[in-house]
Amino acid sequence: MNALREILALLRLYSQQFKTTFASMVQYRISLFIWMISQILEPLVYLIVWSTVSNSSGGSVGGYTARGFAAYYLVLMLVNQFTYTWIMWEYEYRVRQGLLSFALLKPVHPIHSDISDNLSSKIITLPILMFVAAGLALIFKPTAAFNWWAGLVFIPALILAFLVRFLIEWTLALAAFWTTRVNAINQVYFILMLFLAGQIAPLTLFPNWLQIVADILPFRWMLGFPVELLLGRLSHAQALLGLAAQFAWVIISLVLIRVIWRAGVRVYSAVGA
Amino acid sequence: MNTLRLIYVFFRVSVLNETAYRVNFFVQLFQSILELGTALAGLAVIFSYTQSLGGWRPNEMLALVGVYFLVGGIISLVIQPGMAALIDSVRDGTLDFTLTKPEDAQLLVSIQRVAIWSLLDLLMGTGVLITALVLLGKSVGLGEAVQFIGMLLAGAVIVYSFWLILASLSFWFVRVENLLEIFQSMYQAGRWPISLYPGWLRFALTFIVPVAFATTVPAEALTGRLGGPTLLEAIGLAILLFAIARVIWRLGLRRYSGASA
Repeated sequence: MNALREILALLRLYSQQFKTTFASMVQYRISLFIWMISQILEPLVYLIVWSTVSNSSGGSVGGYTARGFAAYYLVLMLVNQFTYTWIMWEYEYRVRQGLLSFALLKPVHPIHSDISDNLSSKIITLPILMFVAAGLALIFKPTAAFNWWAGLVFIPALILAFLVRFLIEWTLALAAFWTTRVNAINQVYFILMLFLAGQIAPLTLFPNWLQIVADILPFRWMLGFPVELLLGRLSHAQALLGLAAQFAWVIISLVLIRVIWRAGVRVYSAVGA
Repeated sequence: MNTLRLIYVFFRVSVLNETAYRVNFFVQLFQSILELGTALAGLAVIFSYTQSLGGWRPNEMLALVGVYFLVGGIISLVIQPGMAALIDSVRDGTLDFTLTKPEDAQLLVSIQRVAIWSLLDLLMGTGVLITALVLLGKSVGLGEAVQFIGMLLAGAVIVYSFWLILASLSFWFVRVENLLEIFQSMYQAGRWPISLYPGWLRFALTFIVPVAFATTVPAEALTGRLGGPTLLEAIGLAILLFAIARVIWRLGLRRYSGASA
């Protein structure tokens, strides 16, 4: 009974937070739009670069034709948008301004409002991005070997990718408790993401040892894996193994969050306290 | 002469200010090295699959990366900090203090803030550029050197004028910081030769947000692939944009009414 009541309360919290964020997103729609430019431009640039390479080396590079790259990067653009978070910048600001004190006073864990914040902004940005991706698809004419089972497995893979990325980046954001130079940490993180999640190139284009590193670390499972899955580039076994790895990373990051959050709150002292 | 003296004074004050925060130097050094390393590693991945990218060989691409860092360094050294401060001061009304000084206000706002650690990007860019030239194994003729410096200057003027136009919009609209973000995110596209992009994107990166003139064109000058028309276009656009920026700045100032007026 108690558990049920808690879940209901949490749902109410989510829907309320949802309305608030939605209203503020509509208010700041121009910033949202401008911020989306870089979300679109980065994969677009790599799409163009790799298509050029593919065209100039006999029509195919590492199993990708120019149109194959188009499919890869357009799906990557959408998956990236779906799993994206900006929580590291948010936390740095909260800790620096002492705003976290209010969040700590509330009777629920602050991660809940962050999750619903993140989801509600995507309800606005995703349709716009899908529209853009459709337009780009007309220009670059992507092709992929789509199949039904991969399409079905893609949905849980996408949700797990979001969870892994959200939990990992939320943990990383807690670095703000210990240092004010979060930017340098974030930069390292983004570079790892660039290479090991499949942003700079599909991971199969990398040397073998780097692919093994990417399999062990969480980055691939936040972005590259669902993309390759949807494009029909993975076998059944690879898909299952991927889901298992995603699951493992969700659990690892949940444990990490518990430990680091407790330690962090103990270190935190608001300005003026 | 007076202009140079003013630039020197402002620069000196910035150096004095910033040397109080020496750790920032190491943080910036760390970040710059990471960024350069990422750019080079990216090139390494791409050139492990091809000999030339849209007609650019590896060492020529290296030169382009050098120019990208060099110009990016100039932007974050003076242009970006000054223009961000201008927008803030229009909103807060602190532009009053600048306007009362007996010097040209446009010059003063443009050099008011110097982020000196960005000199690191500038130095690294130059280093990469020199390395690229040595690797290319060709001596740069006097003609190419003059062209390169001319195009670099034209590119800097174009970028500066573009930022000033955007920042001057703050005289009419309150929130324009976001517009500056557009340039920052579009600038990334300048790390690759503009000729790779499809026509519509090339047009946007040349005339709407003039990234092409800042990076590709100077690199073309250095690698001896610059045509006469592009050269004239760059110089023409630099003069035109500078004039437009001046006019918009003047019109904006006339609208400005200060904090308490």
